[in-house]
Amino acid sequence: MAGIIEKTTVGHGNPFKVNWWVRFAWAAAFLYVIYAANYLDVSWVRFIGGLSNGADFLGEMVPVNFSRWKLLVGNLVETVEIAVIASAFGIVFSLPIGLLAARNMMPPWITWPARVFIALCRSFHPVIFAILFVKAVGFGPLAGILTLIFASIGFIGKLFAEAIEEISLKPVEALRASGAPFISIIMYAVVPQVQNRFIGFSSYQFDANLRNSTMVGIVGAGGIGGTLFAAFQRFDYDFLAAILISIIGLVMVSECISLQIKKVFQ
Amino acid sequence: MSEIIATHKWERFTFRERMARFAVFLGFAIALSLSISTVEVIPEFLYDAPTQAADLLVRMWPMDFAYYPQGIHEAMLETLHIASLGTLLAIVMAVPVGIMAANNIVHFSPLNWLAKLILVSSRSVNSLVWALLFVAIFGPGPLAGTVCIGFRSVGFVGKLFAEALEETNPGPVEALTAAGAPWFSVFLKGYWPQVAPAFWGIFLFRWDINVRESAVIGLVGAGGIGMVLDTALNLFYWDRVSVILLSIFAVVILAELLVTYIRKRII
Repeated sequence: MAGIIEKTTVGHGNPFKVNWWVRFAWAAAFLYVIYAANYLDVSWVRFIGGLSNGADFLGEMVPVNFSRWKLLVGNLVETVEIAVIASAFGIVFSLPIGLLAARNMMPPWITWPARVFIALCRSFHPVIFAILFVKAVGFGPLAGILTLIFASIGFIGKLFAEAIEEISLKPVEALRASGAPFISIIMYAVVPQVQNRFIGFSSYQFDANLRNSTMVGIVGAGGIGGTLFAAFQRFDYDFLAAILISIIGLVMVSECISLQIKKVFQ
Repeated sequence: MSEIIATHKWERFTFRERMARFAVFLGFAIALSLSISTVEVIPEFLYDAPTQAADLLVRMWPMDFAYYPQGIHEAMLETLHIASLGTLLAIVMAVPVGIMAANNIVHFSPLNWLAKLILVSSRSVNSLVWALLFVAIFGPGPLAGTVCIGFRSVGFVGKLFAEALEETNPGPVEALTAAGAPWFSVFLKGYWPQVAPAFWGIFLFRWDINVRESAVIGLVGAGGIGMVLDTALNLFYWDRVSVILLSIFAVVILAELLVTYIRKRII
């Protein structure tokens, strides 16, 4: 209490001082916006011109056309299948890779290749992987599955490696001292400490895979994206609206499910 | 006492918890086996994949580095500008929506729900799909890309901003309200100082993601390096494709290092 009184009697200045650095940063940001907009040829006129286009576009979307619902359901099922298979394999592969990348468990000559591989998987957007896999294995869901497996390894592998690096080393030392083989050390000292976080990452990645599997079809890697792209190219905007609504619905359902799963594992 | 210990077996999870866990695994196993049995994968394509991938790598080598100053550099700058401008646009849109979604600031649940719906829609629609939409509206070019990045990021930035606002300490806000400060001052001096570090963290994090995303939205015509990549892919200039991929990789890594550095310095 005494401290508070002291402070109020000592400080007579403005409690809300002007921070010139922050003002300068805001001004710099404002100048940057003007510069970048000029550079990109983004102008107010074009924006306003686009708005009337946008209104036409929205106008053509209603009434939403669900008449081809069989195609829609078939595509959604394929999308979910891609996500499920890719998540399963991605989770299985990222376990050993994450372990190999953990610097407290492995020597540097093993962690470096593993970390570079994870960085490669993470740096490229899934679409780039999808393009390469479509060239390698042809059109169809297989390319999408391979794409999302790599995306999953990049995400889960990195977080899993970080989780392992944060564990307490005491159980590991205890098991080592009692002469346990390496696999027992992993199973009884490392896994119990990181299991819950691993399940958390996995369920998050399943969500992400489901979102991305709606998109890989744009470059021909299976799922609902192909139909979406075709609807765009044929100006079939009422069917497009139906596809977009079903994608949003699917993502919301999966978010609800993963929320429930997280509750189960807490 | 000893009798109780002997008869009562200690269990970490209740029967229901174990069943729920088992159900999750069982459900996933069923979904996986159903998916594998019905998905249309042609096995020959899978066996052929290593040969095809090797062929692809051979075609990518040697890299055509001479192409970098001709076509890539300019497009890469455009990509970075799209990412930055798009992130700033997202912030401008996310602040009001985020405030609307925070239930300790706006005490009117329909508005909260409306804001949450906007945020979920923004996140559910993939960046490529947003790019397609805005290319249809604004025509091909960086304008479509910038607006696409902005709309795509609103959901992410707005959601995290709203969560940060909901976690603020009500003390300073109550003090300002009691002193009769107008609403804007309450926000600027009560809430903002508490959420500013989180806000800049979110901004940097999203900028990093947007650098990655703006590199690919060009594939559907929304400007940047993706358009160059698309051209090279369609013309089968694999030696150019490899240079483009390498430069995307380099820029993404640099962006990540920069963000990590700034986060350490400021936050």
